[in-house]
Amino acid sequence: MAIDGEKAAGGLKIEPMEQFTIKPLFGDGPIEWYTPTNATLWMGVAVLAVTAILVLSTRRRAIVPSRGQSVAEMLYGFIHKMVEEVAGHEGLRFFPYIMTLFMFVLLSNLLGMIPTSFSTTSQIAVTGTLALMVFLTVTLVGFWRKGIGFLSMFWVASAPLALRPILAVIELISYFVRPLSHSIRLGGNLMAGHAVIKVFAGFAGVMGVASVVPIASITAIFGLELLVSAVQAYVFTILTCVYLRDAVGDAHH
Amino acid sequence: MDAAAAAEFALMGKYIGAGLATIGLGGAGIGVGHIAGNFLSGALRNPSAAPGQMANLFVGIAFAEALGIFSFLIALLLMFAV
Repeated sequence: MAIDGEKAAGGLKIEPMEQFTIKPLFGDGPIEWYTPTNATLWMGVAVLAVTAILVLSTRRRAIVPSRGQSVAEMLYGFIHKMVEEVAGHEGLRFFPYIMTLFMFVLLSNLLGMIPTSFSTTSQIAVTGTLALMVFLTVTLVGFWRKGIGFLSMFWVASAPLALRPILAVIELISYFVRPLSHSIRLGGNLMAGHAVIKVFAGFAGVMGVASVVPIASITAIFGLELLVSAVQAYVFTILTCVYLRDAVGDAHH
Repeated sequence: MDAAAAAEFALMGKYIGAGLATIGLGGAGIGVGHIAGNFLSGALRNPSAAPGQMANLFVGIAFAEALGIFSFLIALLLMFAV
């Protein structure tokens, strides 16, 4: 009773998860921590792209900005305003970190949309590292700025006394689940989008003339995925600001 | 039950469980739609206040979506890790 569903379907060959495998760039040796892989290549490309957008385009600053300078200024102003509104004025100390996060995630998402490229933010290892850094930053900064008073975040003073221990347990669980949901939200969204495109591409291979339908669907989903790339970068950043507000902002949230 | 049959049975349970876990995504869909719909109805009543609430909209959607993502995570764990 062997399971051979793939073979039974004839020419239909769909491997939506194959695109997420990490391969070494040169040869096919074992992957050590120092091996250059397709993931490191595309992370490096993302860093170069961020540098090109933010540093090179603002090299010749002008009163009337060029197109590149306009893009850099708009992105800077957008994130600056968001940090000030969500994390408060004190949160602006962390603006460089949040801007770096936003640009890296945005460019990784968008570069991952190029066909045959590798989408680094669909790897839970990458998003998990980013989310864990945010979690550690928030925890350390919270204890550094508020001392033991940071724990009052879990003791909801506005609730009835009988409910407070239960709420404290719930708040504590939701605090430690943050890095998990923060990372899987980004990685899961990107991975699901890319897998859906691959599934439709598999349909297009076997449908003959009727494959215009899946190809049109791929075009529509690709547009949706461009939107998702930008929105998920925005959501990742704004959640970082929300978490940071607990650490630097006033007590009630 | 011999060992081979038990292994096949476990495989069946794994795939059924992964399929059942995706039902949770429907809950996330209800939650996100609820937030977006209420935002839209509020924004149409008072359009001048809408741009200031965009951040709250996205944070609410993100929190509602997180619970759907946990069911997706369970499906992934069942498929590839168990």
